[in-house]
Amino acid sequence: MLLIEDLQVELSGKLLLRHIDLEIKPGETHVLFGPNGSGKTSLLMTILGMPGYVVKNGRIVFKGEDITYMPIHERAQLGIGMAFQRPPTIHGLKTRQMVGICAHGREVDVQEMAEEVNFSHFLDREVNAGLSGGEIKRSELLQLMAQNPDLMLFDEPESGVDMENMHVVGETIAHLLQKDKAVFHANGDSIADSRRKRSKMGLIITHTGYILDYLEADSGHVLYNGILSCPSNPREILRCVAQNGYQECVNCMVPLSAHLLEELPTANAD
Amino acid sequence: MADSKELRQRAEAARDKVAAIGADLDMSQYEHKALTHQAMAEDELCTLPAEDQQNLLLSGVDVSGKDRGGTFIMKDASPLHCSSKQDGVEVLPLKKALEVHPWLWDYYWKLVDVDADKYTAAAELELHDGYMIRALPGAKAIHPIQACLYMDQDNIQQNVHNIIIAEEGAELHIISGCATGPHLKKGLHVGVSEFFVKKNAKLSFTMIHNWSEGVAVRPRSVATVDEGGLYLSNYVCMRPVNSLQMYPTCHLNGPNAVGRFYSILVGSPTSDIDAGGRVILNHPGCRAEVVSRAITNGGKIMARGHLVGKAPGIKAHLECRGLILGGGAMLAAPFLDGFVDGVEMSHEAAVGKIAQEEINYLMARGLSEDEATATIVRGFLSVDIPGLPPQLQAEIDKAINATDEHAM
Repeated sequence: MLLIEDLQVELSGKLLLRHIDLEIKPGETHVLFGPNGSGKTSLLMTILGMPGYVVKNGRIVFKGEDITYMPIHERAQLGIGMAFQRPPTIHGLKTRQMVGICAHGREVDVQEMAEEVNFSHFLDREVNAGLSGGEIKRSELLQLMAQNPDLMLFDEPESGVDMENMHVVGETIAHLLQKDKAVFHANGDSIADSRRKRSKMGLIITHTGYILDYLEADSGHVLYNGILSCPSNPREILRCVAQNGYQECVNCMVPLSAHLLEELPTANAD
Repeated sequence: MADSKELRQRAEAARDKVAAIGADLDMSQYEHKALTHQAMAEDELCTLPAEDQQNLLLSGVDVSGKDRGGTFIMKDASPLHCSSKQDGVEVLPLKKALEVHPWLWDYYWKLVDVDADKYTAAAELELHDGYMIRALPGAKAIHPIQACLYMDQDNIQQNVHNIIIAEEGAELHIISGCATGPHLKKGLHVGVSEFFVKKNAKLSFTMIHNWSEGVAVRPRSVATVDEGGLYLSNYVCMRPVNSLQMYPTCHLNGPNAVGRFYSILVGSPTSDIDAGGRVILNHPGCRAEVVSRAITNGGKIMARGHLVGKAPGIKAHLECRGLILGGGAMLAAPFLDGFVDGVEMSHEAAVGKIAQEEINYLMARGLSEDEATATIVRGFLSVDIPGLPPQLQAEIDKAINATDEHAM
């Protein structure tokens, strides 16, 4: 389980996350909405443990362990993984080797995994070198497949992906998070059984909600000016934002966290 | 044909001539009387001390001769072993080759000036030996030839002269490992090499050098490439060295000739490395590439590159990339000289550090900070070299992987 309590985070002296409470239970996938600059990526980076994101208050607990100040690689080894939106290029390191690194000593069939995400042609290319936005997404998914973490963070997995590959990306994420349809028929388990057996946790940033066509998310949240609110059905949130914009979320947040909103500047999201 | 008397006179005159670049070494401090060693048959090579064999192996030289088309090993001043298993490829100690092939005098000191500096002079005045490797016209070597210059006697000055010839249409790959014995504290290696790549021939020369902290090295190499020929020179030096200065030159002397230099260098705190490559493109359609990747962790590295375009329709690129990890100095000096319309030459030079973002990315995949750094450094040093047989690329990769601890 991932548990975040009253989290406050600064980056370069600027308060980015003001008040975050979040709980993701094993088997659950949550979706994160919010305008650009609202702090969504910062929340993922903080969970991941990226340096620079300074926790000023609150804590993060994963699998019962307080990881608030744990270094990145220890979190990764504990089972947290991320599909980055803009990962750096690593010169001289081939994607094939990178996938091996992600597997951390486990035997994996790199070729077969790559074929699943339409990526086998790129295995001998340097990690992320000259890849398009959509190719980067598939490279990230391939790495996550090899890493097989228990908590997976996805930063806008649909952006830049063409129609043809959206299907691959969507299905792969659903599979990684044990939310794909096939699970229902696996091993002759009943639907209830297979649901109980789900252990993977997911947190997905999305603007478009396309990913919801491929998996059922258990909950949605809106992050606005560093405040996480509005936990409800993700499709409902999406519809509401589409109709009324994120300003509506501010109105709806007032009863939730009035004391926090007092210091909130007027909506300045870009 | 070289006149041996005249060569000697010119060498005499240059006996104390300071080299154009590099620290000026006092050659009187080295031992000039080399011990002689008995020649060995191939099966006897396996009786060499295990430590020596291991050192040679690190330089890509396998005394068992497995997957090698021929072997030349010189220990201190004596050729220890010399053999060729490949039809059409001749491997001989140079002194013997000059005796049995009078025509070889036409090649001797043809490309390198005997009076260039005191090191070339020493190679003439006090030549120990060296090798001649020649691929006959049209001969295609399947396995690389291995050539090893081994320094074992402490404080020795080893003077070597090599001549390598790839005749018309031939293909020849050489791996040249230089290494020092475990007990050698100090020494000087002087190595003159002259490469002749004839029409449509292909020659790759891969050097993996394992010197030691007290060893100074002064290679003096020049290559000439005729029409449609390819000369590929790879230099890997990952271990500590005292003073290394080399500026090998390649003259592209026919249309569509290609010359490429790749250097992979690590500068340890004791090292003062000044290395580079120079290509002179004399005919239309010539291509050249000079690539260097260097890391210093306390040493001083000067990475030079020089392209000279003398004909229209030539294309050449120069790339120097360096990382400073924990001290040291990294200097990059790329030069481009274009003398006619229609040349296309470019360079790219960068000196920097490892990006924290890349370390974080790898850590997010489960690597510790040290592992992530090592992975990035290995990646930085690994260069794909087009035209190099996979077997030799594997030797380079092995050298890079084996010397992590020296890089950081």
